[in-house]
Amino acid sequence: MFRYIVRRILITIPLLLVGSFLVFALVQGMGDPLGEWKLQKPRTPDEIALAYERSGYNDPFLERYVNWVGGFVQGDWGTTVIPGSGSKDVQNEVLNGLWVTFRLVIGAEILALLIGMAVGVIGAVRQYSIFDYSATSVAFVLFSMPVFCTGLMLKSAAIPFNNFLESIGMNRWITTAGPPPGGFSGSLGNQITQYIGTFMLPTIALVALQFALYSRFQRASMLDVLGQDYVRTAQAKGLSQGRVVFRHAFRNGLIPVVTVFAVNFGQLVGGAVITETVFNWSGMGKLLIRSIYEKEPYMVLGVVMLTAIGIVISNLIADILYARLDPRIRLG
Amino acid sequence: MADTTTTTTAAASGIEIAKPRKQWQVVLRRFFRHKAAIAGLIIFALLVLVAIFGPMLWKYAASDLNLGRYKSPSADHPFGTGQIGDDLFAKVLSGTGFSMQIAIVAALVNTIVGVVLGAIAGYYRGWVDSAVSRLTDLVLMIPTFLIAAVLSRSTFSTAEIASGGGSSNWLQVAIILGFTNWMIVARTVRGMVLSLREKEFVEAAKALGGGPGRVIFKHILPNTMDVVIVNATICVAQAVLLESALSFVGLGVQYPDTSLGLLISENQNELLVHPWLFYFPFIFIVLISLSVNFIGDGLRDAFDPRQKRVRA
Repeated sequence: MFRYIVRRILITIPLLLVGSFLVFALVQGMGDPLGEWKLQKPRTPDEIALAYERSGYNDPFLERYVNWVGGFVQGDWGTTVIPGSGSKDVQNEVLNGLWVTFRLVIGAEILALLIGMAVGVIGAVRQYSIFDYSATSVAFVLFSMPVFCTGLMLKSAAIPFNNFLESIGMNRWITTAGPPPGGFSGSLGNQITQYIGTFMLPTIALVALQFALYSRFQRASMLDVLGQDYVRTAQAKGLSQGRVVFRHAFRNGLIPVVTVFAVNFGQLVGGAVITETVFNWSGMGKLLIRSIYEKEPYMVLGVVMLTAIGIVISNLIADILYARLDPRIRLG
Repeated sequence: MADTTTTTTAAASGIEIAKPRKQWQVVLRRFFRHKAAIAGLIIFALLVLVAIFGPMLWKYAASDLNLGRYKSPSADHPFGTGQIGDDLFAKVLSGTGFSMQIAIVAALVNTIVGVVLGAIAGYYRGWVDSAVSRLTDLVLMIPTFLIAAVLSRSTFSTAEIASGGGSSNWLQVAIILGFTNWMIVARTVRGMVLSLREKEFVEAAKALGGGPGRVIFKHILPNTMDVVIVNATICVAQAVLLESALSFVGLGVQYPDTSLGLLISENQNELLVHPWLFYFPFIFIVLISLSVNFIGDGLRDAFDPRQKRVRA
């Protein structure tokens, strides 16, 4: 197992390198980051020369790539290049954004997985029941809904709710525009209430996006397992249905869902980008969209590369989990 | 597969048997018994008709202004009017057209790129397979939405974004989406081709002098069509949603083109006061993607040879 992990990581490094080159080329394709800054108002030649010098865009493409990759590996992810707003450290900004995004995503993902698994198992055990049909319909509708629409609708529902709370003399509870800048304050109970009010809407939006997928996968894999001979054997020897489902079938029905959980990471990041935009969280997604607008090359590179590394790691974890859960699979 | 020899022997022996059906007839019969799929097909067909003929028949054009601001839905303006006195029904008609065009072009490109790469990788194996597989891994490493967002920015300038767009760009958006979401198709087709290329009928085709192109396209790929078609429907549904998300963050379709995602994005702050401006485009997005998902689901069940009874 250990040798497998080491080998996988070794294979991943060249892949990430080639990936970083592709992303660098993609960002290069966005064009001259200073092109629009130059046109905003008349700039002196000295100003322009200095800005280009600092951005590194005087160097040829390959040299710039090598410099950037070398710096990236050593933890120097570059700075923002467009003068005016002061130069910000990319690593600092991206890691700050990552922390915001991570807090938002991890809770939503765990909730989505739990709800999805529960719904999937019940749907499979009571196949073609009213519950199964409604769960399937809900999943289909959620699949077909853009994430930002869920977010916008939640937001519009929260505002009258807050107004109602205010009218009966309470505080506006549900936050629709990001976490409070200074963190949570007050007694523990107060903090928990604030925490729930802040995270509730974006979490529901992300759960709605993800849980449909998990419930479909869990239902399919559970149906597959329930149809197998050993389950019939367990039933035939007189075990209770609960024991058959949970002790015998559920464990094996879990395996495919675990892989989906990890592989789905990319879709989750896309969903988080949109959700952050809707709810005005200053996470990695919002940072990325803003940097794409501003054409901040190193900022875009930082976010995209960090996401790529995250996806590679989650795939590795999925493979290892898969082998741990299913002894028939041998890694090597 | 339908077997014509059984008919002749059966006819010769004078026993009456059911008329043999071709495979596609069997598939179609199963498909048409799938109620949700039929509902999906009808809705999708209606949406296509509405998108093509709607703008010609409707009395207002999407570009008409000053028809009165923020009118609630009425007989004259079934979906109401917006901030600049534009008729939302006309806008939704034209937005539906653009959204569907984009989704269909994107899904076509997805499918063609995926099938060709997957078939080449699976058929030639060796270094070709390694190269294609690594490329697939590479593109899968970055979320589709992120690549598409960066790519859109490289093709549209800030001046265009700031001024609300310049030239028609729906095709660009469609092609960007087309080249960023082919990976699953490629992987699936590669896997199927890897096993199909070892089958006897492929050997026979090669022995009869079929070149690689003929063997791949005439003999191997037709056997992957069921999976490819189902995947194509998934691509359409994904493209509708991806396009709307891109337009929402301002990196998708731009004026003078429009799309359902762009309409929602423009009207996102009207949701509380003038809810119709949000809900009508929203319903149309959901209808497109839901109907395509139902069609895909029906096709998957219809193609499945293990399927004996179609569920209601």
